[in-house]
Amino acid sequence: MSVLIFVDQSEGHIKKASYEVATYGAKLAAQLGTTAEALVLGTITDNLADLGKYGIKKVHQVANETLNHLDAQLFTNVIAEAVKQLGATVVIFSHTQTGKAISSNVAARLQAGIVTGASALPDTTNGFVVKKTVFSGKAFANIAIHSPIKVISLNPNSFHTLAGEGVAEVSSLAIAVGNPKVKVNSIDKIIGEVPLTEADIVVSGGRGLKGPENWGILLDLAKELHAATACSRPVADANWRPHHEHVGQTGVQIAPNLYIALGISGAIQHLAGVNRSKVIVVINKDPEAPFFKAADYGIVGDLFEVVPKLTEEIKKMRGE
Amino acid sequence: MKILVCISKTPDTTARIAFTDNNTQFDENGVQWIINPYDEWYSLVRAIELKEKDPTTIIHLITVGGPDCDPVIRKALALGGDEAIRVNAPAKDSYYVAAQIAEIARQEKYDIIFTGKEAIDFNGSAIGGMVAELTDTPYISLATKFELTGNTALISREIEGGEEIDEVSIPVVVSCQKGMAEQRIPNMRGIMAARTKPLKVVEPTAIDALTSILSFELPPAKAGVKLVSPDNVAELVRLLHEEAKAI
Ligand SMILES: Cc1cc2nc3c(=O)[nH]c(=O)nc-3n(C[C@H](O)[C@H](O)[C@H](O)COP(=O)(O)OP(=O)(O)OC[C@H]3O[C@@H](n4cnc5c(N)ncnc54)[C@H](O)[C@@H]3O)c2cc1C
Ligand SMILES: Nc1ncnc2c1ncn2[C@@H]1O[C@H](COP(=O)(O)O)[C@@H](O)[C@H]1O
Repeated sequence: MSVLIFVDQSEGHIKKASYEVATYGAKLAAQLGTTAEALVLGTITDNLADLGKYGIKKVHQVANETLNHLDAQLFTNVIAEAVKQLGATVVIFSHTQTGKAISSNVAARLQAGIVTGASALPDTTNGFVVKKTVFSGKAFANIAIHSPIKVISLNPNSFHTLAGEGVAEVSSLAIAVGNPKVKVNSIDKIIGEVPLTEADIVVSGGRGLKGPENWGILLDLAKELHAATACSRPVADANWRPHHEHVGQTGVQIAPNLYIALGISGAIQHLAGVNRSKVIVVINKDPEAPFFKAADYGIVGDLFEVVPKLTEEIKKMRGE
Repeated sequence: MKILVCISKTPDTTARIAFTDNNTQFDENGVQWIINPYDEWYSLVRAIELKEKDPTTIIHLITVGGPDCDPVIRKALALGGDEAIRVNAPAKDSYYVAAQIAEIARQEKYDIIFTGKEAIDFNGSAIGGMVAELTDTPYISLATKFELTGNTALISREIEGGEEIDEVSIPVVVSCQKGMAEQRIPNMRGIMAARTKPLKVVEPTAIDALTSILSFELPPAKAGVKLVSPDNVAELVRLLHEEAKAI
């Protein structure tokens, strides 16, 4: 019996969400009196032994270059085979783009019950019960998994990484990979920008900014904070900002440490995408804006005056 | 070309979220039910567009649920699609639902199966991958664009901080999100036509659910907003730095 975590990598680097999963997996293993091991697919430049710092005892790598690109079927084959070979009983993914592409497929293959979007360690005192976010962050559900093998995908940013001491033993796992059916034609990453779903800080703008020409003040603030940028749905619909920045019920759901909302009213559908943020700051000229009810800090004022001052004050605080 | 669009029924996006029976049941009192937005706006409309381009295309809609799903599936038929299938069983868990859909898919042999990125009630993001696995079909998740030339699909999908374009031969299972299509509103003709479109009710196959919901919780209430004067922006920065430790 062991806990197996899936390590997601991109261009040879372990993704931040995977360190969270490693920490979570190690804690769960300790709780179950077993060890946490990791599975890495593809070739990688990061030092895999470092996963030991997060409590992982063994890292198994299938170092086949075909696996540097995601193909749901190939990944499912390889992961399911690894689970069998290693005798893992709990398999953990991160609930990221990659996790969403493969975790439920693996679960179906293994006839394993799955909880996606887990937000806390399972309660294993009586059965195996996992807490997850439901209704787009408006509530939680406690879900019991009944099958012998259990699959969890962990919400990013819901479990803090804890780096300590430790060196994981790295070994390679021999699993036949086969040919991919999906061909990756192109990858288009927005260079230099912080990816929205990974960002610690997000600065977001709504219709209160009045037009795309006014985004400069928002971008200055985001740059000063090394933040990702986001927007409300009408802003993306009007093409003031690109669609991938749209957060909310029907857009991207995020859970950064800090979410700063500028000129956004805080409609329930908008909140559904951001209400898992640790700290919410709202700047809005309307004291009745519903967003203030969901905020931790707020300024009732004209964003065109407040935002440049905010950027200046942050610079000052940092002694720049 | 034969397309299956998976449709789920969800509470309206503004529904009050509350629970009854000692927090074990979702309180359906006063809840308006809608087609899950990802299914309606993105996957169904994209399927309809593909049919508009190639009128020989057949679109089936499927939902796993009780008779209470009929109004929602009729609404989906009013947007487009040729016939609907309802697997007459409560949606016990993702695996149960996916196995029912896969059962129909194996019989009907679809070229494309569209699901939404997630159902906005339980936020599973699970059905698409399971259906793909259970029908042994390639799976592209979080798709933002879908183009078909002959038997080759070019599909854009969201990756961390960007997009990737994948090429794959059909059959394929695709989970859809914003970008796939523009929201449409059903017109009178569609609504009339939907009344006479077939809605086949089939009984479920015996499958064991692998999970069950024990209880629900609401998140702890926020302590309340701390307001700072617009003339004292420095104070906000201090609070964010010293108190919230967020910057
Ligand atoms: C089914 C459905 C799904 C939806 N999904 C989403 C979603 O995913 N994401 C989303 O965002 N929305 C979504 N919406 C839309 C949502 O209901 C709101 O309409 C939208 O969020 C409003 O955007 P906004 O706050 O930018 O604009 P508004 O509601 O127009 O608010 C603008 C705010 O800016 C303030 N303001 C104006 N000028 C200034 C100034 N100078 N200084 C400071 N403040 C100022 C105003 O007081 C106001 O509060 C959805 C709607 C539906 C029906
Ligand atoms: N009961 C259901 N019947 C048919 N399709 C469903 C059902 N539940 C979910 N789906 C489909 O699966 C997608 C993802 O749902 P989920 O995995 O539950 O978040 C939805 O957008 C629907 O397309």
